[in-house]
Amino acid sequence: MKMPWMIADEKTTNMSPSHAEQATAAAAARAELPAPIARVHDLRLFYGATEALHGIVMDFPRHQVTSLIGPSGCGKSTLLRCLNRMNDLIDDVRTTGQILMDGQDITDPAVDVIELRRRVGMVFQRPTPFPKSIYENVAYGLRIAGVRDRATLDEVVESSLQRAALWDEVKDRLGESAMGLSGGQHQRLCIARAIAVNPEIILMDEPCSALDPRSTARIEELISALRGQYTIIIVTHNMQQAARVSNFTAFLYEGTLIEFGATTQVFTTPRKKETEDYITGRFG
Amino acid sequence: MTPIRHGTRFWRQGEPLVWATGGTLAFVLLSTVLLIGVVLVHGLGVFWPSPVAEITLADGTRFHGQQVQTETHPGTGGVSVQFKTANRELDPQRLDFRWVAQEALHRLDYPADVMVVERLENGSFFGCLERVDAAGLDLPADVPVLEQLVAALTAVRSERAARIAPLAAQIQTLNRELQRVQDTLLRLRYRRQRSVEQPDAAADANATCDAAIARAAARQQELQARSDELGAEQRAVAAALRQATAVFRLPSGDTHNVAVADMVRVWQPNAMSVWAKCRHYAAKVWELLSDEPRESNTEGGLFPAIFGTVMLVFLMAITCFPLGVVAGVYLGEYAREGPLVKTVRIAVNNLAGVPSIVYGIFGLGFFVYGIGRLLDEWFYPHLVEANKMVFGTGGLLWASLTLGLLTVPVVIVSTEEAIRTIPQGVRASSLALGATKFQTLVRVLLPMSSPGIMTGFILAMARAAGEVAPLMITGVVKLAPTLPVDTQFPYFHPDRKFMHLGFHIFDIGFQSPNVEASKPMVFVTTFLLVLIVLVMSSVAIYLRNSMRRRFQSRDI
Repeated sequence: MKMPWMIADEKTTNMSPSHAEQATAAAAARAELPAPIARVHDLRLFYGATEALHGIVMDFPRHQVTSLIGPSGCGKSTLLRCLNRMNDLIDDVRTTGQILMDGQDITDPAVDVIELRRRVGMVFQRPTPFPKSIYENVAYGLRIAGVRDRATLDEVVESSLQRAALWDEVKDRLGESAMGLSGGQHQRLCIARAIAVNPEIILMDEPCSALDPRSTARIEELISALRGQYTIIIVTHNMQQAARVSNFTAFLYEGTLIEFGATTQVFTTPRKKETEDYITGRFG
Repeated sequence: MTPIRHGTRFWRQGEPLVWATGGTLAFVLLSTVLLIGVVLVHGLGVFWPSPVAEITLADGTRFHGQQVQTETHPGTGGVSVQFKTANRELDPQRLDFRWVAQEALHRLDYPADVMVVERLENGSFFGCLERVDAAGLDLPADVPVLEQLVAALTAVRSERAARIAPLAAQIQTLNRELQRVQDTLLRLRYRRQRSVEQPDAAADANATCDAAIARAAARQQELQARSDELGAEQRAVAAALRQATAVFRLPSGDTHNVAVADMVRVWQPNAMSVWAKCRHYAAKVWELLSDEPRESNTEGGLFPAIFGTVMLVFLMAITCFPLGVVAGVYLGEYAREGPLVKTVRIAVNNLAGVPSIVYGIFGLGFFVYGIGRLLDEWFYPHLVEANKMVFGTGGLLWASLTLGLLTVPVVIVSTEEAIRTIPQGVRASSLALGATKFQTLVRVLLPMSSPGIMTGFILAMARAAGEVAPLMITGVVKLAPTLPVDTQFPYFHPDRKFMHLGFHIFDIGFQSPNVEASKPMVFVTTFLLVLIVLVMSSVAIYLRNSMRRRFQSRDI
């Protein structure tokens, strides 16, 4: 979706900072960060000939909640999907630059994507329960990894559902079809399913945008509860949500990282004019 | 603002469209109901024992007949009545139906003692039983003739079971043995001939082979002689049994003898209670479902045809279902969209529109003459030499493969549609959990698309069950001597020819020498075919609905 302000000529509006400026912003943010789990270095992504990400440089802090905000089409979901190589599924996508996890560049074609996706789980905008029982939905990741031991599966299913705050609602009907749950329960089931394979990072792509306010509140509580055990990176359009659940916030605009820092700092004393304009609702 | 006129409002609200759509649906429903209704009315009444009248014409001619239908002549307005008169052998033209002008009818009586005899040959017989001539049978003397006839029938049947049945069984065993020996003989002769063509073959091996051929030929002759002997004995016993006859009096005053051994069942429709008629009806329906056809398929049962139809659809499903699903999965899930895939899709859709007879010809050329002949040359070279075909001629296997080919486009299209309508998020969720594409397909996509696949399968099955044209050249026959499944090793014979209800309809309806006599059977067969398709579809629909309940959510 193109907004009127998006049509404006980049050269005259001076909206995109230069690469050097962006690097200093990142370096400034980096100083305050705890040990990063993933380091993105000069990441560029092309859809065919169109460059969608212009040299992103940022570090994702370990065991923290980082939110990616920005107007529609700014590349935040694209950036998120680079972290578990989901962009591979789209034809004509090409990336340059690096994303380092434990010193390994995950954009390298030689990387085992299956293994990577076990380390980096993902929750999507629309909840997508599988047409299986609640139990089998949660156990899915383990089953495809070849786990057959019933005791292990039982234990993981129970602990995942408990961590996803769904156990009390479904413990008596684990064998029933997951399709019978409500929308909010579906999304928590998807989170439980992602937790079950014990990933290091959980990516969430607008996890609440299809949910009602009550379910949204439950998911947000859940995200706060998971902080400290998992690194969570969440894309959201809801500024209040970003302020409520995340410790760190990155603002992207037209494929460029404008500002990245602690959430309190970004929302109270933004360093950039564009960030201020966006979070105060002057555009977007 | 100008007020809206009454008429324009009717048009503006779209009422006519609602009427048009509803009317179209009603029309379709009506024509279906009409078709089924005609089949039901004609089909269900066939076995009901209708009364037999003694008809006296104005010129004094008297005969027995069952009223079948009346017809008004479009030009003169004169009404004619059609009677089934049976007694085919008594008519100079061997007809058992007769049209009589309404004015020519003098009177109709319904005497209680008119008897209908269902016979093995020459159709039914109408007449009044006078006496039973059965000198060879020990019958009670001082009882009514009807009871005498029933006793004679029982006696003849038990005699047949005691004397002819064991002979027939023996002949069957002998014939099987004979077939084996003939097969061995052909094999040996083929081997011998091959060794003649190879000059360096060992002479003593040839001698052994010659000796074996001689032994087998001797055995064949011995068996053949024994079989002929038993056959003659069987015929003699049958002829002796035919000595017992029942004498019937006809309205014309003549009498006529009918051999008791020829009778299948007898009844007196004018004297029967409703309960007796119901029992008769049930017995006839059971005969239809369980017995073999008689009298060039116009009498008796339809069991071989029912069996053949179900077997054919079953084999068709086994072959076309996996093929269609796998091809559909590739098109819907793996193939990269491009001009080639678009062409393939159009081609598949067009395949569904190719006339079925073209598939039949393809099946004949590819399966029967191509693969069948090849198999014969590999596995039965000695039979090919003797110009006998096993797989190189039409059969159940080739017919079902042809039907499979005919219906596979429907399955491909529905599978592809079902797979493509699954939201992309489901695939992404599975892949994001570390699943491979194949794991995603097998564990998530196929279960989710199974109701859609089943829908295509139901359509394919219904089409296959009703298809006749391609079968006619790939293996269906008017009368198959054996079922494709029997107790003989290897128990299942997909190379055998088979009978089919659809072909049966065509055959008795349009190829029968006696169209009037076979007409009721056409309706009965049609009814049965519709019923079978209905039952099979219902089972499939039930399966689909239970899959839907399992695999589809209520709110997505």
